[in-house]
Amino acid sequence: MPYLTDGQRLRLERIAAEVRILLIEMLVAAGSGHTAGPLGMADIFTAFYFHILRHNPKDPLWEDRDRLILSNGHIVPVRYAAMALAGYFSREEALTLRQFGSRMQGHPERTVLPAVETTSGPLGEGLSQAAGMALAARIQGKRHRIYCITSDGEHDAGNTWEAVMFAGKYRLSNLTAIMDRNNIQINGMTEDVMPLEPLREKYEAFNWHVLEIDGHNMEEIVAAVEHAKAIYEKPTMIIAHTIPGRGVPEIEFDYRWHGKPPSREEAERFLRQLRTLADVVEAPQHE
Amino acid sequence: MAPVTSFPLHPGVLDPRQREMAATRDGFGRGVVEAGERDARVVVLCADLAESTRSAWFRDRFPDRYIEVGVAEQNLAAVASGMAAEGLIPFITSYAAFSPGRNWEQIRTTIALNDQPVKVCGMHAGVSVGPDGATHQALEDIAIMRVIPNMTVVAPADAEEARKATAAAAAHPTPVYLRFAREKTPIVTLPETPFTIGKAYVVWEADGEHPVVLASTGTMLFIALEAAKALEASGVAVRVLHIPTVKPLDTATILDATRGARGVVSLEEHQVAGGLGSALAELFVQHQLLPMRFVGVQDRFGQSGKPDELFQEYHLTPRDVIEAVQALLAE
Ligand SMILES: Cc1ncc(C[n+]2csc(CCOP(=O)(O)OP(=O)(O)O)c2C)c(N)n1
Ligand SMILES: [Mg+2]
Repeated sequence: MPYLTDGQRLRLERIAAEVRILLIEMLVAAGSGHTAGPLGMADIFTAFYFHILRHNPKDPLWEDRDRLILSNGHIVPVRYAAMALAGYFSREEALTLRQFGSRMQGHPERTVLPAVETTSGPLGEGLSQAAGMALAARIQGKRHRIYCITSDGEHDAGNTWEAVMFAGKYRLSNLTAIMDRNNIQINGMTEDVMPLEPLREKYEAFNWHVLEIDGHNMEEIVAAVEHAKAIYEKPTMIIAHTIPGRGVPEIEFDYRWHGKPPSREEAERFLRQLRTLADVVEAPQHE
Repeated sequence: MAPVTSFPLHPGVLDPRQREMAATRDGFGRGVVEAGERDARVVVLCADLAESTRSAWFRDRFPDRYIEVGVAEQNLAAVASGMAAEGLIPFITSYAAFSPGRNWEQIRTTIALNDQPVKVCGMHAGVSVGPDGATHQALEDIAIMRVIPNMTVVAPADAEEARKATAAAAAHPTPVYLRFAREKTPIVTLPETPFTIGKAYVVWEADGEHPVVLASTGTMLFIALEAAKALEASGVAVRVLHIPTVKPLDTATILDATRGARGVVSLEEHQVAGGLGSALAELFVQHQLLPMRFVGVQDRFGQSGKPDELFQEYHLTPRDVIEAVQALLAE
């Protein structure tokens, strides 16, 4: 039984296309920032903000909300884009990314924009915080879930594995992590810079439940998160295989797009490609 | 207006039409290749930031002496310590926020206490990093390195001095922290301008007696010189003291250059707490009491913005230096 109706799936795919478009507009307005990772994670952020999370954009700090922790803070533009479309703030505000005085800080800051839950950018710290939240929620008998988005590159960091061990020890079943397994980091392919595989077996050895999905397939994203809720004894790691730069064929898979924004001309080309893609996604038959 | 002959300045300091700009990290990139050419023991360790730290320039020249550790700054420091123990001269490179920010204790124990001559190279220091925001703007690195025994701390004034400092660090017997910036800043020195680790330099001499001394470290030297020109034009005698080595301080030169001064204004693109100004205050209270003002970041985090917007916001401009001097003189 699928977790999404066709109508739900099409709606999410359409929103993801809009997230990508806003993201490119934001990056070109900012004149700096990251392109590849955010494009690759647009489907997952859309699924979270428009289907998975129990949240209220008009009351971002509602006590019983699910927590979404972004550990690899450099991809925050895609989170801002999804949040803007979900109603946390306006498109116009999203377009102030990285500007002086903006709440859209280059790397997310909780004290500036509380709805991002935590400050990140320095890699390898998010999973620890998410584990701390999950343990605290359990101690306090709270029912909300903790989601942590992490990247493959930050699995180079010892801190990540300290958190993995900790979450395994405390059997944090209310914690679900999603890894952006896009195979790139700054200096090249992850397996050249610092081989990470076998990731599934590593997580399993640390007492996690592991799922692997196509990170661009809405049905698989939602199904994996639902499946994780039924795992009572372990935290779950969803290894989401994604394509860096997804949606803009000319930059897909290219690690050199990790940390630069498109120029105005490039952005116009990218936006044409993304709009064509958006048009292919049919309008939803029923909401 | 009296630049000092013993410290030749780039003509662009006085004449904006001749100004040349380069980032101090570029000076590192050139300096570390020079060091590598001179000494086969020099190796460079990189933590997934090859291009932006300029360690790629060394990699392209000496691929066999370039080591990639991935996003793992703690491992970066401790692996380098091990390599130094076997006789190599490792330069470890990352952003200052992460190295020495994240790996401070590994640096303290395995490099400083253990006395292994590793060179810690912190890039993207200061608010001039710009749009990346507070997480990436290291403003505490001088403080946390300065308090570690056996650590030498150097913040070069421009790309040229950064090149010299990097090459000099390779030959220096102790662990060294080298501080570099991302953005281009004016070239202040020339190839023939002196640089020695541990030395401070008077670079601008006052016309009148009892001058105010502007004491700066790192790329704030250019701001100090801009302020000095404006102050002298308004009849205030100023002397500019350039202190690239924050630790150990060149106490003889600094005490000489400040004896009889009306006061001292310190300049640094760093927290006022624990940086150059603090180091000078520690010195002055023991030897010659001088009124001081501190130009630097006043106990705040950085934020996203353009470098010049942030220099305004954090009061790091020549205008702010002039106001600090006026406050001193009004005492
Ligand atoms: C502790 C730390 N070290 C270094 C960096 C610089 N940095 C930012 S992103 C990145 C690459 C990480 O790989 P990944 O998250 O997989 O990047 P992506 O897939 O988005 O290209 C690095 C090294 C950082 N942000 N934090
Ligand atoms: Mg990656």
